[in-house]
Amino acid sequence: MTQIELPKYTAKDFATDQEVRWCPGCGDYAILAAVRKVLPDLNHRKENYVFVSGIGCSSRFPYYMGTYGIHGIHGRAPAVATGVKAANPELDVWLVTGDGDGLSIGGNHLMHMLRRNVNIKVLLFNNRIYGLTKGQYSPTSLEGHRTKSTPMGSIDHPIHPISFALGVEATFVARCTDVNKGGLNILGDVLKAAANHRGSAFVEIYQDCNVFNHQAFFYATEKDTARETTVLLEHGKPLVFGANRDKGVRLNSTRLEVVSLDKVKEDDLLFHDETDPALAFLLSRMSHQQGMPEPVGVFHRIHKPCYEDMLTAQMNKAIEQRGEGNLEKLIHSGSTWTVGE
Amino acid sequence: MNTSATAANRQYATETLESAVIRFCGDSGDGMQLTGGEFTTTSAMYGNDVATFPDFPAEIRAPAGTLPGVSGFQVNFASTEIYTPGDKVDVLIAMNPAGLKTNIADLKGGGILIVNEDAFNNNNLKKAGYASNPLEDESLKEFRLFKIPISRLCEESLAETGMGAKAIGRAKNMYTLGIVYWLFDRSLEPTIKHLTNLFAKKKNQPELAELNIKALKAGYYMGETAEMFQSRYVVPKAKLAPGKYRQISGNEATALGLIAGARLANKTLTYAGYPITPASDILHFLSAYKNYHVKTLQMEDEIAAICAAIGASFTGDIAITASSGPGIALKGEGIGLAVMTELPVVIVNVQRGGPSTGLPTKTEQADLLQAVYGRNSECPCIVIAARSPGDCFDAAVEAVRLAVKYMTPVMLLTDGYIANGAEPWLLPQVGAMKPIEIKHATEFNGHSDDADGEGNNVYLPYLRNENLARPWAIPGTPKLEHRVGGLEKAENTGNVSYDPRNHQRMVDLRQAKVEKVAQDIPPTEIQGESSGDALIIGWGGTYGALHAATERLLKHKQKVGTVHLRHINPLPPDLGDIISRFKHIIVPELNKGQLIRIIRDHFLVDAVGINKVQGKPFLVSELVAEIEGIIAR
Repeated sequence: MTQIELPKYTAKDFATDQEVRWCPGCGDYAILAAVRKVLPDLNHRKENYVFVSGIGCSSRFPYYMGTYGIHGIHGRAPAVATGVKAANPELDVWLVTGDGDGLSIGGNHLMHMLRRNVNIKVLLFNNRIYGLTKGQYSPTSLEGHRTKSTPMGSIDHPIHPISFALGVEATFVARCTDVNKGGLNILGDVLKAAANHRGSAFVEIYQDCNVFNHQAFFYATEKDTARETTVLLEHGKPLVFGANRDKGVRLNSTRLEVVSLDKVKEDDLLFHDETDPALAFLLSRMSHQQGMPEPVGVFHRIHKPCYEDMLTAQMNKAIEQRGEGNLEKLIHSGSTWTVGE
Repeated sequence: MNTSATAANRQYATETLESAVIRFCGDSGDGMQLTGGEFTTTSAMYGNDVATFPDFPAEIRAPAGTLPGVSGFQVNFASTEIYTPGDKVDVLIAMNPAGLKTNIADLKGGGILIVNEDAFNNNNLKKAGYASNPLEDESLKEFRLFKIPISRLCEESLAETGMGAKAIGRAKNMYTLGIVYWLFDRSLEPTIKHLTNLFAKKKNQPELAELNIKALKAGYYMGETAEMFQSRYVVPKAKLAPGKYRQISGNEATALGLIAGARLANKTLTYAGYPITPASDILHFLSAYKNYHVKTLQMEDEIAAICAAIGASFTGDIAITASSGPGIALKGEGIGLAVMTELPVVIVNVQRGGPSTGLPTKTEQADLLQAVYGRNSECPCIVIAARSPGDCFDAAVEAVRLAVKYMTPVMLLTDGYIANGAEPWLLPQVGAMKPIEIKHATEFNGHSDDADGEGNNVYLPYLRNENLARPWAIPGTPKLEHRVGGLEKAENTGNVSYDPRNHQRMVDLRQAKVEKVAQDIPPTEIQGESSGDALIIGWGGTYGALHAATERLLKHKQKVGTVHLRHINPLPPDLGDIISRFKHIIVPELNKGQLIRIIRDHFLVDAVGINKVQGKPFLVSELVAEIEGIIAR
């Protein structure tokens, strides 16, 4: 890509003339704004972006991005996006999905796209509820959650999106929140890191559905609690958190525990290593419900070859080894014989 | 060895036949498909017209010796043009009692029956449900029975090779093939060449190639020296249209046709599929042709396959998926998305017996209504069907051409019978194949209402051309960024619209676009009379049987005409006129009556169906009898 030719974009260039139709106060607005803001900084051509989505509130996203986009069918966005990337590996493909679309109906597709390491950026808006169908529980809803379809409380054990992504060996796994009134807004940084990762990048975004599951993640986004309930992951750095940065996370045998920095030295805390999948899995199990701070930032980041690169390489290798196929060759491949006049 | 063995021939009387039908049957582990395939290739290369019918169980290896484990391969080869693998069998080769039991009903009275005597032991007889050995009672007396201890003879002839008993045991199919080659005076060379290529080159087992070639030759010599057969049979070369031929199965022809379509469009072909019988071979063939700018994606399921194809189509590739009935059912919602986003995708349905998992390895034509109507709401798809193995090539090219011309999905129907069956294919002239022109949009094509001045300043993704097709701007094209999706689109702009009138308009437009395809359909050819007592309307893989039946009916002086439809949605524009010229309208199908409903619906005629759902193709004889019965009513 030639830098000289590249126009200078602003967030406005990534908007469309379409009226955004999310409920006022929805967390999606903040994410949309953040994505529009990040893209101009990435120095990629606008016409090379493709936003792909499935069905759900989050999946309306492509209509609001001034890029190429496909709003597909429920749960299948990873397959559609794989087709886009397979056909043209040069494109910057982003996939926007939700906890229902991505982990319920589309769990299978998401799993396979991630394990293939197709170079696609996945933004999974997790609001622990079905919004578009008006308030049923989702695969990330907590046990006991009372919704329209679970008046006596959900009996499902919820899926942990980060654990899921690590389990299928995604090469980039991160988490952030839609907003952060506690001062530490890393959404933009995580989006940038995902964009710069070559391979499947999975980003779970805690997103507030202010109509059907309002305040589900307030502990992680509000000014008075965020710094106590979340811990920022930084590669090579110890896990320190708290409004006064006076707490840390330590590995005790095979379990993680919260310690006070009054009693434990920073050097004895757990140091984050993005390349260690076992560590990332341990971190993915830390939950607010169990009194642990929830990690935000990049859990895991490693390098593996991308699916579409290998797909194209095989095609090119076949052309190199056997020569470019043409129609004449194609039709005459195999044993032939001639019948005379 | 001199395989022509001409000197020895003269001791035997030679009978010349116009055609012969041979069926090899045995256990699914006996290699009957390879054996039949070899006989077919050899006969085709010799110059016969051939048609085949492989018939095998769904199980990879059903318990040895049992009735469900029987695998068969029927080949009809002739000195005249033939259209079917034949109704009745002239020569039946049964490698075990189960094979005999399940196939003997199809052997003609007086037909040749060759059995592997060694396999008729108590254990196998019991598994096949025989109370006594049929080789030793009177039950086979109407046939010319040749009891040959094939296992023992093969073993003896290979003893000195020092190979293991298992390898020797498995070579008995080649020994048997040798006998049949001798009986029909065929050259061993094509098979020797193939075995060498298969075992020595591909599998790097030259010793197995040698073993099988030895077995083949030993069987041939046995035929010559055992003085068992009184005469040999010769089926002379057929007078086929001059040109270059190759043997081809329907699935391979479909794969080649799809590639040809993409090459004619000068485009990369992206195929996304999921393994399913009997469509998997299309994926296998395409995977082997990557150097023709082919990308193959084996996706995680059928839904992913259609969705990946849609993604590839949006991105500008020739996008294909293939499956069989149950897989097509899963793809239904995806096909709806392709209709709505107006993206070209070719969906191949290699139909099999159903419903549900049904008869995975058997044939049927019962997915026609699924193809035409099987989606939610008003969701028209172009539907075309291939009629023979070689015709799959032309049908696949046509499918690609229509999909990109009209920017809409095309369903191509084939079936298990033509997909697995093979015939000599007269190679098309590349020079005569029309390029497929694709012009991706690169410029603005409309003017926004809120802007002043002249000229185009916006891209309208749902503006339509004279064929009602929308433009195809692909990602990476500057300024033409746009969104497509499953929500209803406003005319021209493609913006999401729930406006009632717009919805009506868009539903009408998508329908009208598919109906426009009628302009691409050439005049319908009629075999036989162009008016008269009965018009026979067929589609798909029944072509061979209907063609042969029509020839016979015409010989019987029946005033019949037959049309065989390539295009089913829309129907040929001249079909109504043709229908009006006949007294009876007869629609034979391998289903409970599907095309007939469409015909009745469109033309309000009192059509009569001939319907068979046995997982098997029509026999010519049953068609002739049924049609004559209807005419006589």
